[in-house]
Amino acid sequence: MTTEVGSETEVRKEPEKAEEQPAAPESEPAATNQTDEAKAAEQSANDHPAPATDSAQAPAEAKEKQEEAQPADNATPLEGEDTPASPPASEKKGISRFLPPWLKKQKSQSQVGPKESQAAPKEEAGVASVKEEDGEKGEQAEAEQTSSPTAAQPQVEEEKINGEPKPEQKEEVKSEEKEEENHSTGSADTQPAKEEKAAEESQEKSAAEESQEKSAAEEETKEAEEGGEEKKDEEESPKPEGGHSFIKSPLKLTKKVKMVMCHVTMLDGSQFPCEVEKRAKGQYLFFKVYEALNLLEKDYFGLSYKDNADQTCWLDPTKEIKRQIRNATWQFAFNVKFYPPDPSQLTEDITRYLLCLQLRQDIVSGRLPCSFVTHSLLGSYALQAELGDHDSGEHRLDYISDFQFAPSQTKEMEEKVVELHKTHRGMTPAQADAQFLENAKKLSMYGVDLHHAKDSEGVDIMLGVCANGLLIYKDRLRINRFAWPKILKISYKRSNFYIKIRPGETEQFESSVGFKLPNHRAAKRVWKVCVENHTFFRLMTPEAPIKAKFLTLGSKFRYSGRTQAQTRQASTLIDRPAPYFERTSSKRISRSLDGAPMINVTEPQESAPTSGENGREPGLELSSDFKVEEEPSEGAAATPTEGTEMKGDEPDSSQQDLDKTQEDVLKHQASISELKRSFMEATPEPRPSQWEKRLTASPATSLRLQAQGSADDKQKSGEAAWQAAEVEIEETVVVKEIRVAPKGSVTITTPEVITPVAVESEVEKPKDEVMEEQKRPVSMSSDSEEEEEEEAGEYHPQVTVSASVDQIKEEPEEEGEEEEEQQVNEEPVAEPLPEPVVEVKAQPVPAVVEENSATEPQLAPVAEESPEDILVTPDEAPNGHAESPEGHQGPVALEEEEEEEPRVNGDASHSETERLPQVICCSEPPVVKTEMVTISDTFAAQKTEIATKEVPIVHTETKTITYEAAQLDGSGDGEPGVLMTAQTITSESLCTTTTTHITKTLKGGLSETRIEKRIVITGDSDIDHDQALAQAIKEAKEQHPDMSVTRVVVHKETELAEEGED
Amino acid sequence: MASVLPYGCFTHAVVRGIPETFGKVDNEETTTDLAKAQRQFGVLTGALRQKVGLQLIEIPADPELPESWRIEDVAVIQGDTALITRPFKQQRRREAEAVRRVMSELNLTVVELGAEEGGSVGATLEGSDVLFTGREFFVGISSHTNHRGAEVLADTFRDFTVSTVPVCVGTRLKNICSMGGPDTIIISNSDGAKKTLRMMEQLTDHHYEVLTVPEGAAANCVYVRGPSKMDFLLHPPTEECPDSVPAFQKLTDYTLLPTACSEASKLGGHLSSFCLLINRKPYF
Repeated sequence: MTTEVGSETEVRKEPEKAEEQPAAPESEPAATNQTDEAKAAEQSANDHPAPATDSAQAPAEAKEKQEEAQPADNATPLEGEDTPASPPASEKKGISRFLPPWLKKQKSQSQVGPKESQAAPKEEAGVASVKEEDGEKGEQAEAEQTSSPTAAQPQVEEEKINGEPKPEQKEEVKSEEKEEENHSTGSADTQPAKEEKAAEESQEKSAAEESQEKSAAEEETKEAEEGGEEKKDEEESPKPEGGHSFIKSPLKLTKKVKMVMCHVTMLDGSQFPCEVEKRAKGQYLFFKVYEALNLLEKDYFGLSYKDNADQTCWLDPTKEIKRQIRNATWQFAFNVKFYPPDPSQLTEDITRYLLCLQLRQDIVSGRLPCSFVTHSLLGSYALQAELGDHDSGEHRLDYISDFQFAPSQTKEMEEKVVELHKTHRGMTPAQADAQFLENAKKLSMYGVDLHHAKDSEGVDIMLGVCANGLLIYKDRLRINRFAWPKILKISYKRSNFYIKIRPGETEQFESSVGFKLPNHRAAKRVWKVCVENHTFFRLMTPEAPIKAKFLTLGSKFRYSGRTQAQTRQASTLIDRPAPYFERTSSKRISRSLDGAPMINVTEPQESAPTSGENGREPGLELSSDFKVEEEPSEGAAATPTEGTEMKGDEPDSSQQDLDKTQEDVLKHQASISELKRSFMEATPEPRPSQWEKRLTASPATSLRLQAQGSADDKQKSGEAAWQAAEVEIEETVVVKEIRVAPKGSVTITTPEVITPVAVESEVEKPKDEVMEEQKRPVSMSSDSEEEEEEEAGEYHPQVTVSASVDQIKEEPEEEGEEEEEQQVNEEPVAEPLPEPVVEVKAQPVPAVVEENSATEPQLAPVAEESPEDILVTPDEAPNGHAESPEGHQGPVALEEEEEEEPRVNGDASHSETERLPQVICCSEPPVVKTEMVTISDTFAAQKTEIATKEVPIVHTETKTITYEAAQLDGSGDGEPGVLMTAQTITSESLCTTTTTHITKTLKGGLSETRIEKRIVITGDSDIDHDQALAQAIKEAKEQHPDMSVTRVVVHKETELAEEGED
Repeated sequence: MASVLPYGCFTHAVVRGIPETFGKVDNEETTTDLAKAQRQFGVLTGALRQKVGLQLIEIPADPELPESWRIEDVAVIQGDTALITRPFKQQRRREAEAVRRVMSELNLTVVELGAEEGGSVGATLEGSDVLFTGREFFVGISSHTNHRGAEVLADTFRDFTVSTVPVCVGTRLKNICSMGGPDTIIISNSDGAKKTLRMMEQLTDHHYEVLTVPEGAAANCVYVRGPSKMDFLLHPPTEECPDSVPAFQKLTDYTLLPTACSEASKLGGHLSSFCLLINRKPYF
């Protein structure tokens, strides 16, 4: 970050901003850093009375500073320039003036400069993963920062990372433009392929973050200095915010980055104001909220918002907020997203408490219908939890009139509640909550998300998505139910929503059920909810013996968060004294939202946020700290915090990553794509966590999306595309399962056996991704809805792109579809061949081991596995180059590295078409065993996206090695495979995802069971891939001693940077 | 919550005597033996009272209502809520009057299906088409029960999932299945029953043990976990379903109470037709 000198500039800027912006007061404070600081201190004292510990504050401050600087940039180019230089403290102060007391508190914390600076570095280091995202943001931010003189150093760093040395001033301008336009122009420049989404956000945010991270030490020192500057920036920032309109108001202080004030309605009805960078990802806000709540078991929750059609949507943490909410207000609600079927398994009382609040809300709103008795009983537990034992003296009957227990509350009910309340004497609040949940969870509609729809005959029905599957209601009656295991594929096309049902024991063919939704958006919404719920609840892999000690991840595919299994796993690691929290809700809930609530919210935040939180959760904590700080200084802090938050999410090696990225950038600075790659790379290595994967994956996908988006909506494409891409990823997740089924069914179609299995996911992207890719086509909708629709139409896509996971990701939706089909076509032919040599030399990160046990070997020995093998390395999402057709040699293994990602819709389609033929080729080669090693580097052609947007390209080296045993003809019927398990084990340095498909095929009375295991090992370059592969194969053999290994496909993807290392 | 207790915990049984007009429905002369029917009724009520230990409330027979003995049809009771149904036959709707009084006396919350002519117009519902498993309701859509009736049921018992299942023409849901325990469904072996069972299995979130009996008449039993915490199963005797009794003996630790209902069977009735089972023990 820049030094104090910068602050001076900032000061200057601030006044300017003040002038510009209506919020004159800001300018005044800004004018004098000292004054600002003083104010900030005061504010801080007032606002952050609580506990913002120095350490926590420090990081937050740093972030804030950055953010502030960013906002300032956004606000005014001039300002932005100035702002970078301006120390954060100054900004904060300035902001603080405008900001509410609590915000000020944050600022004050930031002012603490030295402390903050120290903390900041720590945070940065800890939040490596976050940094990745941040890095993207950072790019933007950097751009912004660069504009600002003070921020020069950080900016430079950032710029390096980005590889794009943008003029600072320009950047600032860009940033503003971006904000306005969706990152379009500015982002395009700075953002390389991946960044699509992240890049944009990251640019702004990350710029600050990156700068911080990279120059952590520098920042520290700088931060102290910057403190003042930032304050100034903050002051400045408000102006930009004002410019943006919305809630930004005076609170927002952004030199470079525009800040937006988000209002989050908490479960207790209170309002939690949070200033975020305009381009902040959802994650940032999530972390802020979680931090405020002191919530660790956060995966069950989400943030919702109302779209323009007043429909409730879930905020995707991996995407920019602005792109998701579009023109809607920055008003969010903190809600339970996944209702745990058994709340007693939640680890912490605070989590149960929040779930109780949500359920009470659901009950009062009528979403969760209850009988009179149940209303009364639940109400009595709520009373017990909040008021304690019934006191006949103190509690008169009217004491509960403040509470609302039911949509329509009668005196009779209140009497019943009191009567029952008396029986709970001695019950602690936690016990009362537990009892509440024990009863609520049994309710028929517990956790069921209803969507209006029509069946094929036009009859009004309701689709209910829940933990167990999809429920179909007509009026209040359940008329059908499709458990997740029975659903092979979920898709939507236009306003239609389809599910493909696994054939029953006596049925030969799978069937599809279609529903008509009111519109395309609704169809997509249902689809997304299904994908997320399926992923969250179904992929807990009951079998999965947990190898990893840490998190077990189901397939994240589409759903970017942790699965329930993972969450539970993670929860076991929670080791903190039960956090104190105040139960205050019910009254507020019943009474509606009072202004007061904010106080409530802030309180918890204050208590937790500062120091304690950081210590509690490493990743989160770090982020949280930043966040916390930011929160206090909403305006100024917000922008920087976002970056930090991101970091927090992915708390891996942010700094290191950044460094790497920088190096990469240096190498590739010339091309934006390179920049993108760098980001991509950086993220993957440092982050073993899924988040990272997601992030990385998302970019690629985003690229695709962008392409599509571009076709449809050029303007929108930028943002939309990114979002879409992310969405797609999620979609793909679904696809996997679907694919599995399809395989069986499809088999008939093509004799060719394209084994989807072969597909190896890139290091970053798990196999699942491939699945996701398939789905994507369907899902793509979000940004480029039209495109998505088109894609949906394509569904059936002929192309059997055995795209590797990566490829799939990159591949346009259509491709994904194709893949699905392909997979379907592929028959799992069990080949009782000698075990293929496990000798996987390749260090392939992801190794796929397929075991086929054919009770009865099928006729054709030659299995066409090759197609499957085709790995598409989705390195650079941007251009959808289907490089896939790399030789499928021999019989089995075909490896295709596809560098798809033609963001342009048209491009995508082309790629698809190309792929199809390729696929065919793959299928053709029947060879018993074949080893295919393909190395593809996808560097070029990645930016295909719309001109405005540049998609970050990631260079990836892909090696695929396939060992096949002689296979019989798979042409037989492929019956739907079953996704038995999907588990991800994450340890410090690597992440292993194992996906098991079991396919049973009946041929001529012979039944063969084919088990495909996809093992994706993702991790740092220092992983011993050979050993990992050998271990995987060994385990596979041990698990299925009676089966033989027929093929081993190893696909290794390495990022360029990593390659260099290798 | 109503669902706190597993299925089968009852304290009261409401029955209605066999009228002299038993079997004389729609002016059709049947071969029913009134005296035998009354004897069988006596055995049943005796078993419920003395063996199972339920408090028995017997509503006097009303000659004006020849089918009033099928008291099961008139109300659906869960927890402390009693839904007074609307039988398909117009002439049976008067049967509800006496039942309604009894329900009120038992302090049950009485809900009228036909009370409000708004949404329930045309709704018909009979208790013999309703299977409550303790966790959810299944409503057989039959000639006597329609969707509207099921909707009212769902609206009444909001805590529970109410699923509709198809029932073969001419039969009632309770003709082909009944509860044989908290998680056990006894179902007949007929194709129609299998079809219904498949649908039930598809619709439910829970897992039930299925006890398949070869004879249709054996599919309707009355399971009660009496106050003594013993499992009782009233089932048709060997004379009526010789092949199914071994199946019942698979139920371990059950007290099997063979109870004849051959006369009722001639009229399409079954064991559960005779009684409404209620739990008045507070469970909070």
